[in-house]
Amino acid sequence: MARDLLYYLIFPGLIFMSVAGGLLSGIDRKITAWLQFRKGPPIIQPFYDFFKLLLVKETILPARGSVITFLAAPVFALAGALLSGLLILLPGFNYKPGFSGDIIVVFYMLAVPSLTYIIGALAAGNPLASVGASREMKLIIGYELTFMLILAAIIMKAGNTIKISEIIQVQVDHGAFIGSISGVLLFIAAVFCMQAKLGLVPFDMAEAETEINHGAFIEYSGSAYAMIKLAKYIMLFVLPAFLCILLLGGIRLDGIHVLWTILKILGLLLLITLIRNTNPRVRIGQAMRFFFIWMNLLVILAIVLIWFGL
Amino acid sequence: MSFKNYCFKKSLWLFHFGGASCNNCDIEILDCLTPRFDVERFGMQLVGSIRHADVLLVNGSINQRDKTRLLELYKQAPKPILVVAIGACGCTGGIFSQGNTFAGPVDKIIPVDAYIPGCPPKPEAIIGGIVELLKKK
Repeated sequence: MARDLLYYLIFPGLIFMSVAGGLLSGIDRKITAWLQFRKGPPIIQPFYDFFKLLLVKETILPARGSVITFLAAPVFALAGALLSGLLILLPGFNYKPGFSGDIIVVFYMLAVPSLTYIIGALAAGNPLASVGASREMKLIIGYELTFMLILAAIIMKAGNTIKISEIIQVQVDHGAFIGSISGVLLFIAAVFCMQAKLGLVPFDMAEAETEINHGAFIEYSGSAYAMIKLAKYIMLFVLPAFLCILLLGGIRLDGIHVLWTILKILGLLLLITLIRNTNPRVRIGQAMRFFFIWMNLLVILAIVLIWFGL
Repeated sequence: MSFKNYCFKKSLWLFHFGGASCNNCDIEILDCLTPRFDVERFGMQLVGSIRHADVLLVNGSINQRDKTRLLELYKQAPKPILVVAIGACGCTGGIFSQGNTFAGPVDKIIPVDAYIPGCPPKPEAIIGGIVELLKKK
């Protein structure tokens, strides 16, 4: 019991994920600054932002709108990010075997933060927040189908198992999935899905700063916004880790594998940052078309290739 | 210096309010965010919503219409909020101070924490003003 609590709260739970996510977010901002020939903020800047929002700033409640929903949404976003992270990392680090079907639970849990952002934005009673929420909704409709098809393809590739630890075991025995043509196609689609799930630049129309002033998060301030920031940091760590487990051969903590794990996650982060710094924001219709037609086509092609054993 | 105060100083988020401005100060404020000056080194970034802001930058002469908007923005901001008046118009009213529609310099409307004079102030002057603000706080 005490061991379980240690897992859930310290490692690889809340504290580890927050620290790792915050550092990744800091590295992301630093790389962004370098790409723009700037010096950039210190790596630990996200922690300053978080503690400032949590400890110093006042939380303003909406006058028109549902206060309880408005305040509960960030807590649920954090809980969803944390639960999905635990379900991914506990089998990932080989602490617990997980249960049959946990990949499907992870799929649901990864959708929870985005859904709670929508609910919180609609409870805020701000027209720009509603615009952001509606865009986020359309974006979810766009990428979730692609994401589901990717998971289906990976389940098929791993020999019809729906358990994360068995998917890792298949990759340990037969090499990582990215070593095949279908694996490369799945990786491309998965990176774009990750970008959309994180709400980063080609797909950041839900919180477009210059257009609708942070959209879904416009009314959040103080500790409620700190919760949202923390959920975002955790997602920035959890999604690359999930992609590592699905396609890049898992994450491990024994011996030299620690270095490989860190390099894999940093490499994925670098890819995300490069995409976000070299692309403009697309319109919501363009994003939906991109996922519905091109990404789905890519994944279906990958599924056909898996059927032929490539 | 306490931990809370330290975090606050290391992460100031700026919100930019331009009154009836000639847009010169606006351009100089944006200059501070360019690679040459890069105030993001100190954790400052421009935010779009007043709910996230820690510093309210006010420039331009404030006329009767701007006054109500500025007051509303100040009320909507989460406390603690710092107010910086930028440019001659923001500090004193400048050449508009005798005008019909002029509603007074910023400090007659809301409390101001730092003044950055100049028409327009150079980016160096704006960064200097913010350093003074951080020292005072």
